[in-house]
Amino acid sequence: MASVAHTLGDGAVVARRNLIKIKRVPELLLWTTMSPIMFVLLFGYIFGSAIVLQGTTYREFLIAGIFAQTVVFGATFTGAGMAEDMQKGIIDRFRSLPMARSAVLVGRTASDIAYNSISLVVMSLTGLLIGWSISTNALEALGGYLLLLFFAYAVSWVMAYVGMLVSSPEAINNASFMVIFPMTFIANTFVPIDNFPSVLKTVAEWNPVSTLAQAVREAFGNTDPSMYNTDAWSLHNPIVYTLIWIVILLVIFIPLSVRQYQKTAARSK
Amino acid sequence: MTDMIRTSGLVKRYGDVTALDGLDLAVPKGTILGLLGPNGAGKTTAVRILTTLLEPDAGVAEVAGIDVHAHPDKVRERIGLSGQNAAVDEHLTGFENLDMVGRLYHLGKTKSRERARELLDQFELDEAGDRPAKTYSGGMRRRLDLAAALVASPEVLFLDEPTTGLDPRSRINMWNAIRSLVDGGATLLLTTQYMEEADQLADDIVVIDHGRKIAHGTADQLKTQLGGERIEIVVDELGHLEVTQSILGELCIGDVQVNRQSRKLTAAVTGGAGILQEALRRIDATNVTLLDVGLRRPTLDDVFLTLTGHVAEEKPDEGTNGELVEVPEEFKEEEVV
Ligand SMILES: Nc1ncnc2c1ncn2[C@@H]1O[C@H](COP(=O)(O)OP(=O)(O)O)[C@@H](O)[C@H]1O
Ligand SMILES: [Mg+2]
Repeated sequence: MASVAHTLGDGAVVARRNLIKIKRVPELLLWTTMSPIMFVLLFGYIFGSAIVLQGTTYREFLIAGIFAQTVVFGATFTGAGMAEDMQKGIIDRFRSLPMARSAVLVGRTASDIAYNSISLVVMSLTGLLIGWSISTNALEALGGYLLLLFFAYAVSWVMAYVGMLVSSPEAINNASFMVIFPMTFIANTFVPIDNFPSVLKTVAEWNPVSTLAQAVREAFGNTDPSMYNTDAWSLHNPIVYTLIWIVILLVIFIPLSVRQYQKTAARSK
Repeated sequence: MTDMIRTSGLVKRYGDVTALDGLDLAVPKGTILGLLGPNGAGKTTAVRILTTLLEPDAGVAEVAGIDVHAHPDKVRERIGLSGQNAAVDEHLTGFENLDMVGRLYHLGKTKSRERARELLDQFELDEAGDRPAKTYSGGMRRRLDLAAALVASPEVLFLDEPTTGLDPRSRINMWNAIRSLVDGGATLLLTTQYMEEADQLADDIVVIDHGRKIAHGTADQLKTQLGGERIEIVVDELGHLEVTQSILGELCIGDVQVNRQSRKLTAAVTGGAGILQEALRRIDATNVTLLDVGLRRPTLDDVFLTLTGHVAEEKPDEGTNGELVEVPEEFKEEEVV
């Protein structure tokens, strides 16, 4: 028990340090919130003018997809942050201190929850401006937000691991663009998947980003009957399916990342 | 006396490179060991192993009697590290950096803050203490990094090239700070490429090259090991080298070394000033004009050169410290036996 308290305490110290950076470099937050706003507006008006859905408006449909995409991309920050700490050598300071072994990772992934929360607030406000609304109750909506944050948290651990493997923070951006971009697009995030070519459709059906978006739409009451034109179990049980993914990712990547952290010293030339 | 730092047979390989090749060290409590060696000698590797950052391939490392491999956490509670590159968070202020380190040593909120202010004062960073560290000069960052190593008043300190990249004034300040640490009872392992620094600070010096210990002793012992004083003379013309060489040859011990390029002769002597006077009297009787004359005690640079066969290389990374220890130009060309 003492060691859990220890880990959380040390993790909080590290998280605070990461949050101070957001305060000192506000451009960072500005850019990360600008791009989801852009997405909401561009997709909302451009695709929204062409895509007609039954039972819901495209803008309503879109919001959950954009939320899902944005929080998953948010994990890139975790990876870039770890890579930067490695590169700058502050990891050596941490590793020579009698702090909990997982505290740097716990703190890093936790501070990215704060990051994602801020962008969810900004996106929600933008969504409300273009006609999105929640038709369920506050509790369900909260559930939707929590699932988004929880899923993003799991992806953060994946990216934290990747961040310790790559050689520079820039490399992380490229890597995540190559992986996260298709992952968030071969999904029901921006358009319904009914007309996807068959292989892509199967991928999209079982893609946890799809089920995340689906679950969030249900939580917000932004559903549409066409979303259920599928035999895939995942899309009929999106919350459970998404939770399974969250657990799998955490179970694999928490130990993997902690081990990697212990092994990797700051990169000395 | 107990040894607060001890290694035996430490080996570390990186692929084909053997960074440490069976290193033995022992640092008694309350003393400073200067680990001296050129760039690439293995100094940082030794420090990283002792500070739990790296696992050796073979050998034992102990800090404060604790096996580093078996109990890294216990070792971390007792050490302070100021690594080769300042490990401070540039977005945090000096105060926030030190406060964070205090919290991570589990000093508690009040104690961490007090200690942070105290150290900022001590290292003359109090005025800059509430500015982000990215606005600091290299010397200030270095001092902040050293302060971070001292937050928990550790018993054992590791400083890896603490003055590399500093201007001469900052370097003197750093030296004073380091001296005062040992007055407080700490045990210190200090790595440096600068003989002068080891000479100034260390009680005991271990010279390493290619991961191996090549000499060990106090600064004086190392100087004595090399031999005593020597006369150095620079003559005006190449044609005068020979006659001067034969005069010196009668007075000195061993051979006279001649460097034709710089027209310099070096001869080891035992009689000091008397012999120099005699040499000058004899040279006066010839038509040789002297451009430069001196009686030199060996510096640690000489020791180093003799031991390793190469001069301390300048410059690992930053590129501003060339002025710190100048190896005399002529020395670089000379073959010292
Ligand atoms: N991470 C690493 N990978 C490969 N070689 C390394 C690594 N770290 C150090 N070395 C090599 O080990 C040797 C000793 O390096 P180091 O301990 O940094 O020397 P010093 O600190 O004395 O300059 C050098 O040849 C260096 O190139
Ligand atoms: Mg080094």
